Amino acid sequence: MASPAPPGHAHCPASLSLLARRRRAAAANQQRRRQAGGRSRREVVVVAAARAMEDVCAKFVSQKVSKARWRPLPAAALQPPDIFATGSWDNEDNRISIWSVGDLGSVGLNGEYQGEPQLLCDIRHSGDVMDMQFLDQERVVVASSTGNVTIFRHHQNNQTLSTNQRWEKAHYHVDRSASCGGAACTGVICNNPEVVTVGEDGRINLLRADQKDAVRTIDNADSSTLHAVTFLRTTEILTVNSIGQLKIWDLRQQRNEPSQIFSLTGDRVPLHCVDRHPNQQHIVATGGQDGMLSIWDIRQGTMPVSLLNAHEAEMWEVHFHPSNPDHLFTCSEDGSLWHWDTSTSVAEKPSFLHQGGRSTTYFSHNTINQSLVSAWLSNDPTKDRMEITNLIPNQTLSVNSLDILGPCLVYGTDAEAIYVNRHLFA
Amino acid sequence: MASSLCRASPSPVDSVCITSAFSHTDFHQFCPSTGRIYQCKNTCKALVDNSCRPKTRTALPKHGLFMLGRLVQVSKNYRSVIRACMEDMHQAAVSARDPALHSQYSTQVSILSAMELIWNLCEILFVEAAVAGPLLLRLLDWVRLHVCDVDNMVREVLSSENPSKHELFWNVVDVFVLQGRMDEARHLLSKEASANPTSVNMCRILDDLMKKMPVPSLGNTQTLTEMELKWQHWHEECQRYLQDGTFASNSHMESICKILLGDENAILEKKELMTTWYHFLVTRLLYSHPTVKPMELRFYAQSSMDLFLGGESSPEPLDTILMAAFEFEMHQVIKECSIALSNWWFVAHLTDLLDHCKLLQSHNLYFGSNMREFLLLEYASGLFSHYSLWQLGVDYFDHCPEYGRVYLELHIERIPLNTEQKALKVLRICEQRQMHEQVRSICKIMAMKALRNNRLGSALSWSIRAKDAAFATLISDRFLKDYCEKGCFSDLDLIDNLGPSMLLSDRLTFLGKYREFHRLYGEKRFSEAAKLLLMLMTAHIAPCSFWMTLLTDALPLLEQKEVIFSAEQTYELMRCLEDLTAGKSDKQKFQDDDVETMKVEMLRLALARNLARVIVKEGTLEGS
Repeated sequence: MASPAPPGHAHCPASLSLLARRRRAAAANQQRRRQAGGRSRREVVVVAAARAMEDVCAKFVSQKVSKARWRPLPAAALQPPDIFATGSWDNEDNRISIWSVGDLGSVGLNGEYQGEPQLLCDIRHSGDVMDMQFLDQERVVVASSTGNVTIFRHHQNNQTLSTNQRWEKAHYHVDRSASCGGAACTGVICNNPEVVTVGEDGRINLLRADQKDAVRTIDNADSSTLHAVTFLRTTEILTVNSIGQLKIWDLRQQRNEPSQIFSLTGDRVPLHCVDRHPNQQHIVATGGQDGMLSIWDIRQGTMPVSLLNAHEAEMWEVHFHPSNPDHLFTCSEDGSLWHWDTSTSVAEKPSFLHQGGRSTTYFSHNTINQSLVSAWLSNDPTKDRMEITNLIPNQTLSVNSLDILGPCLVYGTDAEAIYVNRHLFA
Repeated sequence: MASSLCRASPSPVDSVCITSAFSHTDFHQFCPSTGRIYQCKNTCKALVDNSCRPKTRTALPKHGLFMLGRLVQVSKNYRSVIRACMEDMHQAAVSARDPALHSQYSTQVSILSAMELIWNLCEILFVEAAVAGPLLLRLLDWVRLHVCDVDNMVREVLSSENPSKHELFWNVVDVFVLQGRMDEARHLLSKEASANPTSVNMCRILDDLMKKMPVPSLGNTQTLTEMELKWQHWHEECQRYLQDGTFASNSHMESICKILLGDENAILEKKELMTTWYHFLVTRLLYSHPTVKPMELRFYAQSSMDLFLGGESSPEPLDTILMAAFEFEMHQVIKECSIALSNWWFVAHLTDLLDHCKLLQSHNLYFGSNMREFLLLEYASGLFSHYSLWQLGVDYFDHCPEYGRVYLELHIERIPLNTEQKALKVLRICEQRQMHEQVRSICKIMAMKALRNNRLGSALSWSIRAKDAAFATLISDRFLKDYCEKGCFSDLDLIDNLGPSMLLSDRLTFLGKYREFHRLYGEKRFSEAAKLLLMLMTAHIAPCSFWMTLLTDALPLLEQKEVIFSAEQTYELMRCLEDLTAGKSDKQKFQDDDVETMKVEMLRLALARNLARVIVKEGTLEGS
């Protein structure tokens, strides 16, 4: 494999010589790996010290935050999101809280609201909040470590929360009736009115918001713990488990077996999160226990298209930007939150100088897949690079959850704080 | 300057009186389970991390001055955190409807404010180690910041229409003078002068005296001797005015002049305005010993307290702590604080800071390593006993070089693990610190839990992660037992994907390989299946107890239309069967039921028939 000349070589040779060398080395490495029969596994060598965080406001909430989710916007809304929900874990008294970052009067220098999130209302939740998804504008589905799945309704007229529907011990071990028989529900995904939950008991539940009984339950769907679930299409779901497998389940089929199993090669590294490309449904991203980001093309092969060495510890969540899927966000136990940006790859030739305070890394994007334009899969090293920015410079405790909607990012940490950035692409 | 940080932020707790902190509350109400207090600890932790880095130790002698600045900054950060916490608590107290809750929050505010008072004094005396001259200025700032009872009165007078006519006017002037706030006092005096023409002259003279009062400079612009000389002159001038009765017609001004002269009785008359003995001490120093040296403080402090309290009341814990600080008895301060506060936060962080200032090294404990580490360990242990704060404790243990790791090892195993996610977080902490023993034990706990819940797949995953061969064997046996009972495997997705981890234990290898046999058989790859089956026995991978099952599995292969086992393989199989039956004693044989005997007979028959067929086949093939 010939090492390709990087773009823009003529413009700024000084800074590029180093980059070119690195890239050549990477290419050689790649070749070696291919010869050895391995998949492309790339190292993200140097990553982003930090970027200015002046747009971020923090709020200390005196409880470890396990989940943070923006309330979805109504269909025709133009304004950025202003309400989000959080859930806590590992407290004696865990809570679901609704926060507002909207304009409550105070106005900043640029005419924008600068204040910290304001608590609108909260409600007690039994057990750790393991996962949380908005069902619609008013209702939020919460997965508990006790195995319960609860729908809370946010009454916006008087700012209160109430329980709307509850499935007691939707996930359970041997004996459901025993007082401690519940198994943690680890993941929930909604497609109103359908709710799919997965748990440590390896069970998949298909629920409907308005029905007390489960529509369908797949017992022993997985022999290990299911960590996360997402919709692939309206009738198909994706699950990831603790032995490094990605499974597709077709809910139309009555067979209690996955229609397809993908797995990481050999090393069985647990996968903790999964997200699907919002427009190109065959592209799926997962995050693993070793902090690795895997990109899968579920149309072909049973192994990931590319593996990107990323965080130093468990990757807890991965999200494609819903409307701008060239951007991807990941957060990890190591206390970092990364913004992966592939949008520069095709559109423009970025300057390697003038990066100012943002120290970022570019690296070539080699993949095995061909003939596809998506930056996440394509393999042209002359065009593709990712810009990765660590959005949290000095955090030490885990970033458990993040959510991204429009220009707004919210994330919650074990340092008992929630952070909101309302000008992500500024 | 020391107080600039705190003064810069608006402080809603101004109205809270410090002296009352100890009179009507006890420190023991400072309860560690109050989440709000911990909020400040979160922030503080970051500070202790900063100040605990080993490079701090080595760097101190070289860059003493730079380090000093940094340590003072760290100390100020701690205080601003306490202040922030106080504000939060104050807000909570204001918004609390329940009177019990309100008084609880108010108690916390007073305790926090007392903590800040002590910390500030320690900062001035120990961390910053202010020298004669600047020392007094620092102490003045300290008093101004913390004696805020009078602020309401000042506000009231200043906001009134005609301040000089206000009944508390002279009280306010006195307050300013007692706190050395000369500019403000002179400003008020000018108001009095304009309102009361008869006293214009007196006011002018007093104003002049106040203006001329020499103050120690912060920089090196004047030496102490210079300062003392100037001060002597000014003192004599005041004396003259007092003696020639300039202020005789106005008792207020006369008493102010007496204060300027450092007249103890005159100052003591304003006891109500000072509220505390340490205010009295600082005022007394300001007007009689402005160039007091740190080491002389103890004498003035002791006598000030005696004079102020006048034997009427005995010293409170706060008084004892402050007195110990004035006496430069650092260990006494720490000890008294440990007794007075039920929580280790304050002493642990203060001691850590003082230790970084190299102030505690002479003192050795006869147990543990040193005081800093001892207190940090205590505090971190407290965090570990809390429901959700254990994650913070880890960092503290990391900064205890001698016993931190042992403590962490002991504590981390005792964290209740209710979900796998929590277990993963704990495991990550252990793995980052190469605590293999703990990793093993946590995985084992999780594996046991999964096993109890009949989650064999999860249990196996956990034991593979722990590299726990014995446990993997146990679970593999459960799988095999299940298979023997049900005739099919559960958790195929796991067993089919064991990969290299299959080699963890012999039994697990067997399980994986045996499942592979089934797969090959299912895919009708009979000769490969047969080879694998034989290998499992001849290479002694299969446990002896399982041989019978394996031989029974060979039956359908022997009965296939086409010949699968070669002659040699058939001999091997026969040998296996004979080994198995021969190994059993007669007694066991007798006990075996008929089914077993029949199985053996069937196998023998099948093997013999297969042998006959294969001899014919191999003979024919060779012949053709």
